[in-house]
Amino acid sequence: MTAAIGTANDLLLGRRSFIRASATVAGGMLISLHLDLPLTAEEAAQTKSQTYPPDAFVHITPDGKIIIQVNRLEFGQGVHTSLPLILADELDADWSHVVAQLAPAADVYKDPVYGIQMVGGSGSIAHSFQQYRELGAKTRAMLIAAAADQWKVQANECRTEASVVRGPGGRSATYADLADAAAHMPVPETVPLKNSGDFRLVGKKTRRLDSRPKCNGSLKFGLDLDLPGMQVALVAHPPTFGASPKSVDDKEARSIPGVADIFEIPTVSKGTAVTVVADKFWTAKQARDLLKIEWDFTGVERADSQQLWTKYKELARTPGNVAVASGDEKAMDGIPAINRIVAEYEFPYLAHSPMEPLNTTIRFDGDRAEVWAGSQFQTFDQAAIAEVLALKPDQVTFHTEMAGGGFGRRAVPDSHVQREAAAIAKRFRGTPVKLVWTREDDVQGGYYRPMHAHRVEIGIGADGLPLAWRHVVVGQSITAGTPFTPMTIKNGVDETAVEGTADTHYKIPNFHVSAHHPVVNVPVLWWRSVGHTHNAFVMETLIDELATRAKTDPIAYRRKLLKADAKKLRGALDLMEEKSAAWRTKLPKGHAVGFSCHEAFGTGVACAVDVSIENKRPKIHRVTVAVDLGMAVNPLTIESQFQAGVAFGVSQLMAKGAITLKDGRVEQRNFDGYTPPYIIDAPVAVDVHIVPNAEKPSGCGEPPVPVISPAVVNALSQLTGKRYRTLPLASV
Amino acid sequence: METYRLTVNGQPKEVTVNSGTPLLWVLRDELKMTGTKYGCGIAACGACTVHLAGVATRSCIVPVSLIGDRPIVTIEGIDQDPVGLLVQEAWVSEDVVQCGYCQSGQIMGAVALLKSTPKPTDTNIEESMGGNICRCGTYPRIRQAIKTASRQLVMKAQK
Repeated sequence: MTAAIGTANDLLLGRRSFIRASATVAGGMLISLHLDLPLTAEEAAQTKSQTYPPDAFVHITPDGKIIIQVNRLEFGQGVHTSLPLILADELDADWSHVVAQLAPAADVYKDPVYGIQMVGGSGSIAHSFQQYRELGAKTRAMLIAAAADQWKVQANECRTEASVVRGPGGRSATYADLADAAAHMPVPETVPLKNSGDFRLVGKKTRRLDSRPKCNGSLKFGLDLDLPGMQVALVAHPPTFGASPKSVDDKEARSIPGVADIFEIPTVSKGTAVTVVADKFWTAKQARDLLKIEWDFTGVERADSQQLWTKYKELARTPGNVAVASGDEKAMDGIPAINRIVAEYEFPYLAHSPMEPLNTTIRFDGDRAEVWAGSQFQTFDQAAIAEVLALKPDQVTFHTEMAGGGFGRRAVPDSHVQREAAAIAKRFRGTPVKLVWTREDDVQGGYYRPMHAHRVEIGIGADGLPLAWRHVVVGQSITAGTPFTPMTIKNGVDETAVEGTADTHYKIPNFHVSAHHPVVNVPVLWWRSVGHTHNAFVMETLIDELATRAKTDPIAYRRKLLKADAKKLRGALDLMEEKSAAWRTKLPKGHAVGFSCHEAFGTGVACAVDVSIENKRPKIHRVTVAVDLGMAVNPLTIESQFQAGVAFGVSQLMAKGAITLKDGRVEQRNFDGYTPPYIIDAPVAVDVHIVPNAEKPSGCGEPPVPVISPAVVNALSQLTGKRYRTLPLASV
Repeated sequence: METYRLTVNGQPKEVTVNSGTPLLWVLRDELKMTGTKYGCGIAACGACTVHLAGVATRSCIVPVSLIGDRPIVTIEGIDQDPVGLLVQEAWVSEDVVQCGYCQSGQIMGAVALLKSTPKPTDTNIEESMGGNICRCGTYPRIRQAIKTASRQLVMKAQK
């Protein structure tokens, strides 16, 4: 997902955001952002009625704490540390005084590029780098102004370090001491930002702020929330998306002590589900297991993976809507058959399965509601809850809870979990209700990475490089029917389905990419790195095959084929080649090296993997990754994201790494049927190297994922002589 | 409903629940100890790992009625154990966590491993930690942290 959202974006860009400083009742300084000229009277009303301090970014408390609001969800990617770090650097704050908090839903916390409050497109640092720098620098300027005012000196005679302003004659004052006075200083229109050489935190390895509470069990995730009188809801979803109960026998279920109520609620897939509300999770679980529901499938399409494959492969034989057509479309016809390759690929549905099962807690008080949710899309989720409860979004206080992973699963344009939670909470006025999806609900509940078929025909030139390339991608559109449509669907092509192919950095003179987007009754969603998951696999395995055919070193082949302006990929390839040379040249017997490189979300990545075959599966002994993502804000986060992100990427290769449907029902139920990588499946060691680059930063959340699977199967091809075009990977 | 007397992190506790209630939900819903996590409910992910009489155990499939007098140690109490404290500190110093949701279980697994095998090989680590899923994929750093804790454990033993 790379594009901004039209309508929502206009909403933000139509206004000017500015900083406001204020003193707080308890003392200290509060630096806020707010928006001028609300567009409508309705919005004006919203702004006035907000009671929760909705717009603070920095709060310097009288005891010297510097509380920084994080304008998006933390679910492992590290923004809870990196965004405060950026602000603290410009502020010259003592890092040990910094406390990070996840901000609630509010206009000011919207992503400055996307225009909604969200995490996605690996955009957190890329989009908020400048914003957090300016907030830090302006706060610092006001603290200096307050000190200069007190000391009757010029601001430029003062300097700052570690939360202290120092002035001429050995004068000094802490930020805490200056905060009250600074809050009354005018907010500067513009401030100079640091030169990169002056950074104290940016560019240095900084450990996470949330590590300790995550290691001693004290950190509360959304699922851990416990409120007085809270009830827990579980939902029996229809076994096929859109079905409804024909009959419900809940007599036994109701007999369990602690069950508060059992009733039907609508599903977003236009079906009906049955919810059990009880005092505790285990009560609700037992009761749900005792429900006897006969389902009505009338008029409901029963998706079936086998049938879909037949249909998809057939579709792939004809061109779809055109994403790219460059050069001569007829060039292929002039290439003799012996110099052509036809390759067909299959990619299954994939579940995200974040470790913390999906959940949302809502208390509906009639004219207001309060929500606790680990959401990647606060703006949409808040609005959806408001709609179900017949409230306005500003009547819904939305707390962003720490989330146990997400990988896209908590970025749902239709807010189906929140809509369910709201429909349930509506019946329990005044009582907080926590909706929990069990692991089974999650595995079977849809919103998968769509299944895809690719068919590629390549005509090879006399130089061994691809001369003509015809590529057809078949798969459901992720963004059709969502607010993202205007920005992501062009000429009938969902760019999230062809990203990584249509915008390839390889120069192919006659290049044609098209896409079919069948409509299927299975909800689909972005899965960490979205279209790059399958497109990078196709591109990087084919390029490898072409290099082998041309009897050329795979790194040299890629370098030859890359466009002149593919600077980040070239830099990453060079560094990867250098850093992996030592181990690549002395591989043990039975091991092979595989390569890949891919640019996604503006970040160039190259990797080399050391693979052998154990128990008919790939054993990944080592990965060397090189990455160019512009300025490295927190190199420790980058290292961690890449080490772990490649392990996440191995999901695609797992023997049980597919969601399949038979006659409308998902065949897997839990981690026994749909299995993410365990420690034995993941790379043993991953060394990460960052290409020095002072340009503005790009992201590191998704870019690790696309490179690993093609690199691993490229190594396997060296060992077995076979090519691997169907995922998940069967026995090798 | 029946009443059970349990020892959790050295403290006596009493709960009145249905005999089939898994230990996980006794900890989370009755004792309000939410450090032990629900991930799958079928002992396939290890997020709910606790120590039952010193043995790493998936609390999601152990009914409270089968616990008897075996002491329970959870993530909230693991720092009372010298090995537990070392492992926790290694996890922090190696910056292992990302989302962090699985890490209670990972740490409980690592402590059990190091108590029986203070100098684990890569194979020991893979076998002992083999049932714990980290969806973020922090496995390389989990290995690093176990080795760091192991080194410190061995050093301490030599003193």
